[in-house]
Order: sequence, then structure tokens, then C-alpha cells
Amino acid sequence: MSAIGSLLYLDGVSKNFDGFKAINNLSLMLAPGEMRAVIGPNGAGKTTMMDIITGKTRPDEGQVIFGAKTDLTKMDEPAIAALGIGRKFQKPTVFEPLTVWDNLLLALAGDRRPRFTLWARETDEERAKIMNILDTIRLHNNIKARAGDLSHGQKQWLEIGMLLAQEPQLLLVDEPVAGMTDSETEQTAELLREINKTRSVVVVEHDMAFVRALGVKVTVLHEGSVLSEGSIDFVSQDQKVIEVYLGR
Amino acid sequence: MTALRHILAVLLLALALISAPAFEARADDDAADPFAGLTSQSFDDVAQALTALAVSGNKQAGPTVTALQNEALFVTPDMALLIKTDDSYVNARTGEKVADVNEDDLSPVRVNNAVRAAIEAAKGGLDLVSTDVAARAHAAEQLFASHDAAALPLLATALIAEKDAGVRAIMLQAQAAALLSSDTGTEAEQLAAIATLRARGDIESKALLGSLHDKSPAVAAAAAAAISSLNQLEQIWGVAQGVFYGVSLGSVLLLAAAGLAITFGVMGVINMAHGEMVMLGAYTTYTVQSVIASVAPQWAGLSILLSVPLAFLVSGLVGVLIERCMIRFLYGRPLETLLATWGLSLVLQQAIRSIFGSSNRDVLTPAWMAGATRLGGLTITYNRLYIIIFAVIVIAALMAVLRYTALGLRMRAVTQNRRMAAAMGIRTPWIDALTFGLGSGVAGMAGVALSQIDNVSPNLGQSYIIDSFMVVVFGGVGNLWGTVVSAMTLGIVNKFLEPFAGAVLGKIVVLVALILFIQRKPRGMFPLKGRAVEQ
Amino acid sequence: MSRVSTSICILLVLGIAIGMAALNLGTDAGSAAHVSTYWISLVGKYLCFAILALALDLVWGFAGILSLGHAAFFALGGYAMGMYLMRQIGTRGVYGNAILPDFMVFLNYKELPWFWHGFDNPAFAILMAMLVPAVLALIFGFFAFRSRVTGVYLSIITQALTFALLLAFFRNDMGFGGNNGLTDFKDMFGYSLQSDATRSGLLVASAIFLVLCLLVARYVVTSRFGQVLIAVRDTESRTRFLGYRPESYKLFVFVLSAIMAGIGGALYVPQVGIINPGEFAPAGSIEAVIWVAVGGRGTLVGAILGAILVNAGKTYLTGAFPEIWLFALGALFILVTLLLPQGVLGLLQSMRGAKS
Repeated sequence: MSAIGSLLYLDGVSKNFDGFKAINNLSLMLAPGEMRAVIGPNGAGKTTMMDIITGKTRPDEGQVIFGAKTDLTKMDEPAIAALGIGRKFQKPTVFEPLTVWDNLLLALAGDRRPRFTLWARETDEERAKIMNILDTIRLHNNIKARAGDLSHGQKQWLEIGMLLAQEPQLLLVDEPVAGMTDSETEQTAELLREINKTRSVVVVEHDMAFVRALGVKVTVLHEGSVLSEGSIDFVSQDQKVIEVYLGR
Repeated sequence: MTALRHILAVLLLALALISAPAFEARADDDAADPFAGLTSQSFDDVAQALTALAVSGNKQAGPTVTALQNEALFVTPDMALLIKTDDSYVNARTGEKVADVNEDDLSPVRVNNAVRAAIEAAKGGLDLVSTDVAARAHAAEQLFASHDAAALPLLATALIAEKDAGVRAIMLQAQAAALLSSDTGTEAEQLAAIATLRARGDIESKALLGSLHDKSPAVAAAAAAAISSLNQLEQIWGVAQGVFYGVSLGSVLLLAAAGLAITFGVMGVINMAHGEMVMLGAYTTYTVQSVIASVAPQWAGLSILLSVPLAFLVSGLVGVLIERCMIRFLYGRPLETLLATWGLSLVLQQAIRSIFGSSNRDVLTPAWMAGATRLGGLTITYNRLYIIIFAVIVIAALMAVLRYTALGLRMRAVTQNRRMAAAMGIRTPWIDALTFGLGSGVAGMAGVALSQIDNVSPNLGQSYIIDSFMVVVFGGVGNLWGTVVSAMTLGIVNKFLEPFAGAVLGKIVVLVALILFIQRKPRGMFPLKGRAVEQ
Repeated sequence: MSRVSTSICILLVLGIAIGMAALNLGTDAGSAAHVSTYWISLVGKYLCFAILALALDLVWGFAGILSLGHAAFFALGGYAMGMYLMRQIGTRGVYGNAILPDFMVFLNYKELPWFWHGFDNPAFAILMAMLVPAVLALIFGFFAFRSRVTGVYLSIITQALTFALLLAFFRNDMGFGGNNGLTDFKDMFGYSLQSDATRSGLLVASAIFLVLCLLVARYVVTSRFGQVLIAVRDTESRTRFLGYRPESYKLFVFVLSAIMAGIGGALYVPQVGIINPGEFAPAGSIEAVIWVAVGGRGTLVGAILGAILVNAGKTYLTGAFPEIWLFALGALFILVTLLLPQGVLGLLQSMRGAKS
């Protein structure tokens, strides 16, 4: 395998926490424009994988390459975010004291340095972009609401909206439908497919129905490495996968 | 080497035992009249005679020298020596009473400075043959300090009779010193003397060894070698002494921080009133001492032992109370906890000030904790030593409680996974209260120790709070061993900086170094690792 | 609410200061309307504390940095001003030395230490009153924020920082007057510090600087920068994944806050007539935290209100019932954190909310 032609390329990545191998020789390749679902039981290393890609955790060994040439293991979170990798957390994490509008405003791509934000004034272009995103995430009626006052599902959407505002090349989405109603889940799947038209997406999810609804290539993680990879039908009939999910 | 010296000492002792009776007999029979010189008109003769007399071992030597010192020694025209007592005269040579003395015939034995010096030396010489071991040892030390060649014959004689190995050693050292400071003795004897002084190795020996440049080359070289080896030894002892002081300071820090290692390290509660728990322990000690002094003064020395469990109880109960009434409402809000407990510390300080007054209270050091001992080149003060031992016991007990008791198991369970522990039927609120009480109680015990070395005042705790937090954070939060290593490191570094930088500047340097260290490694020297901690 | 309360606060501060100054200077000592110079200096002192509280609220309320060493910046600003005032004494000192302050003559200094040069120039001294705290905050903050020291750890090392400075300034060798600090000031910018006019002028100056600091702080927290800052305060890691560098934001606001504290200290010293190492005591910094907590953290105006309320209470209690003061202060810490987490301003707000 080689990084050439890939958007995200992980090779031989390992991470040890005090003797516990959270990630063990993990290799994964994502093509530009691809949407990938990553599934796996608890402790399979899904969140640690996200941490490594976004610079929160440094791997002990292995390569993590973005856009076929940038080595992510040498960079910290803000630098990686600036490269165009956005992340949505498992637990919706929005800036609760700020309004929905301000949350999106802060997320908009642009200069992040204090010397800019200190003097920044809202521009028409920014306003237009935010309105556009609000259309996508259906929070038009809540512009002035404190983000902390939103419902759980609304927060998830706001966070996805913030991701879109970042205009990333790659979105990492951690369990986006946890705690959502069925109809919200459906809408979210639709939203992700919409997003995938312009950006690459990695979705970590437990909900098999949701993964099936996405209809994309699936990577199954187990004990820190890839157990199986392929279509949802392929992996769900893979003997190793069945053992891991049902065998115990 | 040491074994050889032991054998030699035993042999000499045996020799002395055999020869002693013979020596006494000889003194009586052979000696020419040791008193004769005293009758001379020449001061020099008198002085020499005194030395000879002191060495002679004559039973009358002592009273005679004392009489001369008191200017109560007289010479008759027929050269008899009389000692004037309160109401009569005594023959100095025999000690018998003399009747019919014509006072007009008597002339006093006169004394000048040279004679006075000789009297002193003679008295020293007399003590060398005293029956009291301590007096002999003291006399030998005196002779060592004066290292006067005139004392050589005195020492030689005394050595023959000396049976006590310790005193013998000092006498041999005195002999060596006297030998080297004069030009007497063969080169071999001088070399042996250098070896003796080197073995003694104190400042005076070193000074003496340093004055031997103009001796024969072999002797001078041996002296130089002895000095450099002594210097080396001194450096090693110096480092050891520094380590002792450092460990002692480290133990104080450890005691102050041990409770915090529980409340902050294990529970994550930032208790700014921790220092006041220490202070309560110190005041408990004071109160126990006062009560015992008025109820059972004969047990005063034991009051400190009684204080330890009482201080644990007092501070522990106050801790439980604090946890129940305040801290439990603030879990998960560390900054608020910090502020509220700071407020509490102000209240506790003022309460103590209102009850006991703001001046320092005296906590007496029991006799068995006072004083010091020398161990090789080390000076070990007992109260410091006891604090080190106490710290070891407290930490060992604390670790044992956490590791081996049911309470400890529950404490660890609750701090690691509160919800799981609750699900398994552990009453987490009670465990919280008890854990906090344990940490506070340990702080109280620290107060007992600190009352021995610090002023017992309402501000006692304040002076330790920053240090305590530094120790816990530096060692790695949640790691009791880390706390131990950190306290000892800080103590020793502090003590080694002091000679170069002074106490205050040394402390500043340590503080700044700690601030920088924490910024580099925010989780301390021995951080707990794992994904859980990263959240 | 915030805009309204800020306006009210500015009007009150300026109005009271100017009004008191006018009543002090414009009426006779005997008249009923006269405000004594004692009150002028006292209120002036409160306003300086309010500047410190404001500075602290900027970092604690909006960036989540609970600094337990903010009085260090205040004291450094104070020392810078104190050094200027010392140099102004000149030959009027006990030893009559034109160059060396009394304590240096006493300690056998032969010449002025290098760091005392330039302090005879008021502009330089004022610049230093801001620059020295700023540089200290910059160096400290750079290391602390870059290595992501947060929460109580940060609080503890800020406390250690001011403790180290306390010990350092107690040393005679430091060249800042040791234990006794700097005192016996005579005049400032050529005006006698004993005169009523100078005192009133200082009060008004304190009020103006307080208002300026409030306006700057308010601009900062309501700007997009301020929004990021709040985001950093509540969810620091999330801001990183959005591409912001929390350390830059914290560092900027920390340095700004240190400068404000320095200004407060510089105004404080001529009004109380002394600066000594006691100002570095960790207890002082923590006391400043409670002013902010009482008024209402993260409201700016609340910090000013809290500083004035608590210090007025302190003046009254230490005079009337000296034993009670520490009990009261301690209880205040406990009660505010347990029962009044939003402070007085928060209480007023929720009462208004309940009414409407």
C-alpha cells in the first residue's frame, strides 16, 4: 500500500496506553471523496484512531499521512484542523453559552489568530455562508438560542453544521446518531450522504441499521486492528466478524 | 585492618594487666625522691619536678599539686614539704600529720606563670592515672589538644597502666600528637603517629598534620597523603550530612504532604485548609501537653506519644465534618472547592486565634527526643531522626491501609470508578467522608511532628500549604510513592542549594524550578498513564 | 442587561469620584457637605482594587484561568511606581542623598543598582508599571499555556509564583527595600502627595483608569476574540479541533490582565503611601478572587462591585470588630461558592428574571 492517491493513509499505527494496546498495527486507506463507516465493539480502538488522526494522541509508531504527503503525527490539533480535517465528537460538543449563530460564526473557515478575531467584524459573506449552513442543518428558528438550550438532536446537527462551516476536506464523525430518534437518524443519514457529495467522511457508528442506510464500505475494527473490510453485506457474513460480535 | 587493631588492643591490654602490679611496686621502691625538686628556689626546677611528680604515680602527688595550686605548700629549713590544712600541717611526702611546726621557719613554694602551667599539666597528668575512666579520657583529650612534648613521659607511664581500650586509644593519639609537634622520635615512630592521627581524623588532627611540612620528606609526604585522604573523607561525610539534613527536611515535607496526597492525590479534592488540619494537630499536641502537665506531670515525656492518635482523631473528625458539610456539595467543581476551603482555612485560623491567642505556644521537646549523637562524621539530632522515623511509619501505615484493609479497597474502588463501586453496594458518600477524614487525620499527625520543630501558631499551616501542593504535584498526583520520592528530592535539593544560595534564595530557586517543571510535565514525575487520565 | 449595567457602572464610578473630589476641594472642612481626605484616599484605594478585580475577572471569568497570583502583577506595578516616588524624594530623605534612597544608604549601597536607572522619569516608571507585569505574564503564560497546564494546577503554580516573588522581595539583596518596602514618598509629578488636590486628583485618575480598563475589557470580551475565549473557557479541546490555538488566546488575555493589574498597583501606591513585599502574599491574591466571586464572575461590572463591597465591609469590620473580619471573610468564601455561585449581580439578574 502507498499513500499516493489517497486522502487519508494510516500504515502500521500502534498506540500503547500503559501496556494496553489501544491501536495495534492499524492500516487504513481512504480515497478522496469516499465515505467510510468504521464499526467495532467497545474498546476496539475507534476513538483512539480518531484521536491519532486529529493530533490529540501521538502514535507510538506508524505513519499517518493526509492528502498523500502531509505527515499528521508531527502536528497538533489546530494545525491539523487548519489542514482541513474536521471532527465531531461522540457527545455533542458545542459552545453552550454562545448562540447558535455565534457557534457557526466561530466555526467558519478563516483566520484563527487572536490579532484577527480581536478586530473582526461580521461580513456579508460570512452571513450568507451561515444562512446556507442553517438551511442544511434546519436550525433557522434557533439562531438566537443559546446552544446549551438546544435538544440533544439539535446539538448534534449544530455540531455537524459547525463541521461544514469549517469547510474541511475530511470529516470524522463519531457516533452521530447515538441517542437520536428513528426519524432523526434517517435525516442524519441523508445529511451525511449530502455532505459526502463534496467531502470525504469517516463515520464511526454502533448502529447497524444506520450503517446499512449509509450504504458505504465498512471497516471493522477489533482490538486495535482491522478485522474485516468490505460492503456491509460482506462484513456481516465474515466469520471472524460474527465471532467477535456474537461469539462471546 | 580494624581486626588487627582490635587484636593489638587486646594484647596491649593484657600486657598492661600483667605489668600493672609490678609498676606500682616499682614506683614505691626505686624512684628517687620525686618531691625533691619542689624545694628548689628555681621556678624551672619546680616546674620540672611537678611533671615528674605527676608521672610518678605517687599517692601523695595529687594532694601536693593541689596544695601548690592553692599556695598552701611550704618548705621547712630541713627541706621537708608541708601542706597547710585548715588547722594543722601535713607532710606532703607521707600524708602524715606533723606536730610542732614553727610557722616562722616555713617558706612557701612560690608560683609563677610557668609553674602555674606546669601545675595544670601535672593535674592533667594526675587525672591520667585517676580511677575514674571518664576523667582519664578527659585528661587524655586535654593532652591531645595541647600536644605538648613535655607530656610524653607522662603519657608513656600512663599508657602502661591503662586498661580501658577507649582511653588507651585517646592516649595513643595524644602521644602521637605530642610526638609530631616536637622533634622527638624516629621517622618510623613519626610515621606511625601520622597513621594514628589520620585514623582519628578530626579538625585538630588535620591541623596538626598540616603543620608537618618541615619534617623529613617521608614524614611530610605521609602527612600530605593523610590530609588529602581526610579531606576526601570529610567531603563524603559532608555529603552524607547534607543528605541527612535533606532527608530530614524531606520527611517534614512528606508528613505535611502525605494527607494531601490522599485528599488531593487520590480524591482530587483541592483542600486549601489542609495546612489548618496540620495546625489542629499541633494545637492538639499543645493541649495534651498542658493537660498532662497539670494532671500527671510525671508522664510529661509521654504526652507526645498520646498526642499522635488524638491529633489523628481531632483532625480526622474535623475532616469528616468538612467533607459532609461542604466539600460534598462541590465535587466536580475544583476551583470552587479551592475557594471554599480557603475560606474555611481563614475561619479555622481565626477560631484558633480566638481560643489560644495569636502568640506562639510552646510545645516542649521530651528529654528522650532532645540532644544529638555523632555517627562517624555525622551529627544526628534526635528530634530530626525521630521525625524521619515517624514519617516512615506514617507512610508505611498509610500504604498498608490503602492496600490491605477493606476500607482501603473501597477507597480505591470509589476513586477509580465511582458508579461501578456504588453499583456494587459500596456506600460512596461514606467512603468519601472517611477518605477525606483519613487524609485530614494524617495531616493532624504531621502537626504533632511539626510542633517539635516549628512555631505552634495559628499560621503554622499556611507556611506548608504551597510546599505540600508542590510535593504532591511534583510527585505525580494519585501516586503515594511519587509523593515520597518528590518530598525527599525537594528536601535534599533544598539543603544542597542552601550553602550556595542561602536558605531563602535556595527556596526561591526550588520554587521556580518546580514551576518550570510542572509546566513541562504537568502530571509530575510519576504520572498515572492511560486513556482515562487523558480525558 | 450587560450594556446597561456597564453604562450605569461607568456613570457611577466617574460621578462618585468627581463628586467626592469636588466636595473635598470645594467645601470647607467644617461644612456638612465636606468629604474628608480620608474618604478620598479610601475610595481611591477601593477603585484600585476594583481595577485588580476587573483584571482578574477578565482571565477567570472569561478564560477560566483562576490566577491565585494576580496580586503579584498589582504589586509589581506598585513597585514600579514606588521606585519613581522614591527617586523623587531626593535630598529630602533622612540621609539627604540626592541619588540613593534612604534604605540603600542604610544598606551601604555605593551606587544605584542598574534596574533603578530611569525611574526618575515618570513616563518611564509608568511604562514599566505596565511592561514588567506584562513581561512576567508573557513568560509565565507562554510556558504554562503551551504545556496545557489548566485548572487547579495552574492556580497552584500561580500561587507558587507570587510566593516566590514574596520571598524574593523580602530579601534586602534584591534592592527593593526588603521587608520595609518603599515608603516616605513626598511628591508625584511635582505635586505633594499630602495635598488634598493631589489626593482628589489620584481618586479621579483611578476612576478614569478603571473606566478605561472596563471599556477595553468589555471590548475584548464582546469581540469575536471574546467569543473564542468563552469557547476556550468551557470546551478548550473543542476549540483546538476547530483550528483555534487556545494558548494564544489565553496568553493575550493573561498579559492584558497583568497590564491592568499593574496599572491598578501603580495608582494604589501613591494613595496608600507604601509598597512592601506583603502585597505579594498569596492570601492577598486569593482575597481578590473572592471580590470577583462576590460580585459575579464573568460580568466585569460585578468584579468592580464585588471589590468595592468586600473592601468596604473589610474597612468597617476591621475597625469595629477586628476579630470578626477573618471569620466574615472566610464565611464569605464558603457561602458565595456554595450558595451564590453567580454572585450578587447574578442574584439581581435572576430576581429580575423571576419578576418579569
